[in-house]
Amino acid sequence: MATLIKGRRAVTEIAPSPETGEVLRLEPTDDPADYADRLGRVARVEVHFPKFGDGRGFSIGRLLRERYGYEGELRAVGHLTRDHLFFLESCGFDAFELRAGEDPHAALGAFDDFSESYQASVKRPLPLFRRRSG
Amino acid sequence: MYLYDDIDQRLVDERVRQFRGQTERFLAGQLSEDEFRALRLRNGLYIQRYAPMLRIAIPYGLVATRQLRKLAEIARRYDRGYGHFSTRQNMQLNWPKLEHVPDILAELATVQMHAIQTSGNSFRNVTTDHFAGVARDEIVDSYVWCEIIRQWSTFNPEFSFLPRKFKIALNGAKADRVAVAVHDIGLHAVKNDSGEVGFKVLVGGGLGRTPLIGVVIREFLPWPHLLTYLEAILRVYNRFGRRDNIHKARIKILVKERGADKFRDEVEAEWAHLKEGPSTLIAEEIERVAARFTRPAYERLTDIDLGNINVPGFAAWLKRNVHPHKVPGYATVTLSLKKTGVPPGDVTSEQMEAIADLADRYSFGELRVSHEQNLVLSDVRQADLVAVWRAARELGLATPNLGLLTNIISCPGGDFCALANAKSIPVAEAIQRRFDDLDYLHDIGELDLNISGCMNACGHHHVGHIGILGVDKNGEEWYQVEIGGNQGETRRGAKAALGRVIGPSFARAQVPAVIERLIECYLARRDSEAERFVDLVHRIGIEPFKEHVYGNADQRPSRRHRDRAVA
Repeated sequence: MATLIKGRRAVTEIAPSPETGEVLRLEPTDDPADYADRLGRVARVEVHFPKFGDGRGFSIGRLLRERYGYEGELRAVGHLTRDHLFFLESCGFDAFELRAGEDPHAALGAFDDFSESYQASVKRPLPLFRRRSG
Repeated sequence: MYLYDDIDQRLVDERVRQFRGQTERFLAGQLSEDEFRALRLRNGLYIQRYAPMLRIAIPYGLVATRQLRKLAEIARRYDRGYGHFSTRQNMQLNWPKLEHVPDILAELATVQMHAIQTSGNSFRNVTTDHFAGVARDEIVDSYVWCEIIRQWSTFNPEFSFLPRKFKIALNGAKADRVAVAVHDIGLHAVKNDSGEVGFKVLVGGGLGRTPLIGVVIREFLPWPHLLTYLEAILRVYNRFGRRDNIHKARIKILVKERGADKFRDEVEAEWAHLKEGPSTLIAEEIERVAARFTRPAYERLTDIDLGNINVPGFAAWLKRNVHPHKVPGYATVTLSLKKTGVPPGDVTSEQMEAIADLADRYSFGELRVSHEQNLVLSDVRQADLVAVWRAARELGLATPNLGLLTNIISCPGGDFCALANAKSIPVAEAIQRRFDDLDYLHDIGELDLNISGCMNACGHHHVGHIGILGVDKNGEEWYQVEIGGNQGETRRGAKAALGRVIGPSFARAQVPAVIERLIECYLARRDSEAERFVDLVHRIGIEPFKEHVYGNADQRPSRRHRDRAVA
C-alpha cells in the first residue's frame, strides 16, 4: 500500500473515486507542452517517477506550474521516498504517493529537511540572493 | 576564503542531520541497498574494495588552515592517518567506517566543510585555476563566480537527480589551467570590447570511456545571465539526457547525438523563457559574495632578484615550483605531493598539520589544492622563499618537478578503487624511479604524465602529454599508452587535445622502458628546447614514436608491405 501525502498531511485514499475530471498522467518522456490546453480541465496531474534516481519529473513539475500555469493538484507517483519530498515540493508538487513501506508520519518531517534553498523554484519564486538583498 | 553566512551554515548542518537519518534508516533496513546507494553517493560515500571511501568537498580547491587541521584530525581519528587529494581538488579518505560517517560530517560542518554532491549523479565540485586571484594573467577573480555556481548547484531542487554526474569548471585567467574543454560545462571568463565581463560557454567535453573535447555553444554570455543560461542547459540535459545506459548518460553523449547546433538551439529556446527571469544575477550579489571572501592583507613590497640567491638546490625549486604573483614582492609556491615512493596526492595527518603551520606563517592561512594533486601556498613573500623551501624540503614536499614528467597525476587505482582494472600507484612509482635524475628531467622539459587505473579516467590519462591507462586482459593488468593529449591551452596556441593510443598495451614491468623510448624519440627530434614533447607529437604525429617504441619490420610486417607497395 503506497503512502499518500497531500497538503503536508498523510491521507488515505479509499478508492480511485469517479472524480469530476480526468486524471492526466505524465511519463518522464512526455512533454508538458503537448498537454498545455488540457490542464484547465483535469482533476489532477500525476507525474510518474519510474526509478528512484529518475529526476525528469522535477523539470516537468516546474514547467507545468511556471510555464503552463497549472494550479490544480500535482501529484508525484512512483519510486519515491521521503528523501525526495523537499525537492518535489520546491518543484511545485503538492501531493505525493511514496513507495510502499514509507511511514507517512515520519516522512512528513522531510518537508523540513532544509529550511532554505539557494535557487528560485515554484515554492520560492525568488532565488535566495534576491531575497537577501531585499 | 569564502566565509559562510548563517544560511550557508544552516544548510550544511541540516544536511548532516538528513544524512544521519538516511544512514540510520539504511542500517535499520528501511532503505534498500539501491536507494541508499543513490543517497550516500550524493554525499561522497562509496563502498570500495576494502572499505567505504569518503570524498570531502573542497570547493574550487580553496582550503583554510583550520580546515586542513580538521582534515588531519579526522584522518587520524576515523581513518589511517592520511588522506588523498583528488584531481577534482577534493580530499578522499580511504578507510572510514560507514557508521562513523555522520559524525565525520558533523565534525566537518564545524569548519564550514561537507561532502555534499562529491559523487553520484549530481553537480560535482566546481573547479578552477589553482592560481586564481593571484595570477598575473587574471581576467576575473574566478572564486567569486565559482561560489555563485556552488550555491546555485547545491541541493538544486530541479537538478538533484541528473542522468549522470555533472562537472563544471571555470577559468578566470588567460591561460587555461583548468582543463575547461574536458568538462560537462566549461566556462572561460572573457571581456568584450567595452570591458564587460562575460563567459565563453563550452559544453559536452569529458574524459571517461568516451573522451570528447567540449564545443563552444556561446562565445559571450554576459555575466548577469550566467545562472539562467546554466539552468537552460541543465533543463535540456535533465529532460533529454539518456538514462537507459550509464555509459551514455553524460551530457557529452546528448550533445554528440543531437549535434552541437541542434543542442544549442534547444538550449537557446529554453533560455528564451528563463532569460531576464528572477535568477538573473545582480551586481549586489556579486559584491556580497566577493565581500564574504577574506583577502590577504598584502604589505607594500617590491620584487626582489631571486636569481642572486646562491643556495644549492634552491634554484631548481625556484624554477619549477615558484610562480609569479600579481602583487609585487610576493610569489606563489607549489608544494609537491609527488615525491617518489609516495602515492601521488597522498598526505599524512602530520604533513597536513605541518603544512597548515607553514601556510599560517607564510601565506595568510590559506592553501589551494590543484587538480594536479599538489598544494599551493598562494601568497608567499619573496623574501621568505628560502625559508619556505627549507621547511618544505624537511617535509618532503619540495620535489622540484612541477610541470615535469615525474609530477604524475594518478588515480588511486587498483590498490584502493573497486572500479579499477589495474593498479596505478606502482606504475607511477616505477616511472618516477626510472626518471630520478633531475638534470635529465629538466632537460626533457614540460611534460604531463597522467595515469588512470581504468577507463573512467580519474587520472585524466586522455589529456596527459603521455597518458597511461590500465586495462584488463583475461584477468591480467596491462597498460595502454597514449601520447599527444593536452589538458588545455596553458600555452598560447596549444589547444586542448585528446591523446592517441600508440599501439598494443604493455605489461606493468615494461612501462618505464616504454616511457624512456618515447622520451628518446622526443629528444632526438625536437627542434629546440622550447618545443615540448606534446608540441612535437602535434607537429610530427604519433608514427615516429610508435616506430621507436615497437620497432619495425618484424613486429608490423603487414603494414610494412603495404607501405612498400604504395611506394
